[in-house]
Amino acid sequence: MKLRDLVAEFGLTVKTGAGHLDNEVTGGYVSDLLSDVLAHAEDGNLWVTLHIHHNIVAVAAHTSLAGIVLIQGRVPDQDTIAKAEEEGIPIMVSDLSAFELVGRLYKAGIRGAEAL
Amino acid sequence: MALRRFKADLHVHTCLSPCSCLDMSPREVVSAALQNGMDLIGVCDHNSAENVLAVKKAGSRNGLIVLGGMEVTSSEEAHLLVFFDDDDDLLEFQKFIYQHLAGKNDGHSFGLQVIADDEDGVSGFCDRLLIGATSLPAEAIVAQARAAKGASLVVAAHVDREAFSIIGQLGFIPESLVLDALEISANTDVADAKKRFPDCANYPVLTGSDAHTPGDIGRRYTCFTLEDGTVAEIKKALTGRDGRKAEC
Repeated sequence: MKLRDLVAEFGLTVKTGAGHLDNEVTGGYVSDLLSDVLAHAEDGNLWVTLHIHHNIVAVAAHTSLAGIVLIQGRVPDQDTIAKAEEEGIPIMVSDLSAFELVGRLYKAGIRGAEAL
Repeated sequence: MALRRFKADLHVHTCLSPCSCLDMSPREVVSAALQNGMDLIGVCDHNSAENVLAVKKAGSRNGLIVLGGMEVTSSEEAHLLVFFDDDDDLLEFQKFIYQHLAGKNDGHSFGLQVIADDEDGVSGFCDRLLIGATSLPAEAIVAQARAAKGASLVVAAHVDREAFSIIGQLGFIPESLVLDALEISANTDVADAKKRFPDCANYPVLTGSDAHTPGDIGRRYTCFTLEDGTVAEIKKALTGRDGRKAEC
């Protein structure tokens, strides 16, 4: 599944990386600890978080994530947006809570690792 | 010795921090600090103290007091500033932190980590993942600092920020955590922070710049009244002992 499909299906607001919505989503990861994402997220994962600090961009680039979804309508910091554009990392925003969004993503076929 | 006032910015990064500007070389840090009116700075790079001795040397040549420290990332991703009077204590502490810090730096994603000498020569690159978090809970970091032979100062960094602050990560400061002070960042007025964060009433507070560029050094500072610029004296000032004071 491509990011583009998820953006359409879940009404995500694309904040950055609009040119990279053809990224293939291999699975999902939810965490608000950057070190945990660095250690456990996998290539092509979609990352669901409430973190808006610009370090999320470096983590996503380093881990080759498909994109980041911020929950609860969170607004990324200005320097987060600038960095994400520079790195070509899609940041999308959902108004839903993490629990609700992840439940719906799962229903749409996005899976996470069963054990890490 | 008489008491005198020291303008102190205890939160200054160098070019060793991956997120820092490469201009933050030892000599540049010292000259910018002096130019911006500081008498004392604290050098605290992320999870490493490899540039501390170089900045200390450059500082002592130019009349700037430099405290050696580190900004440690706990396993909860809270930032703690930890300082020591004794360089051996700091280097021992660094060894301990390195034992609990996994990963290799990726210069492209996170930035270069330059180790410099006191003449601004590049002596190497730190290849550890300094931007990462240690596997140490905040309590273990404080315990290790307190186990040093000499004085240690532990300050919770930028508690008013959402990311990487102990209040942001844990919601409130656990009572069991023995901190010397809370740092309020340059983004927030001290009075506002005290209103917004009840924890600020329970600890001494100080302010620092968290400078990652030369121009930012001293944009926020704390005025200490001390006999001399040491960790032991600053600890006295934070608790208002023997006429020492901390004002911000």
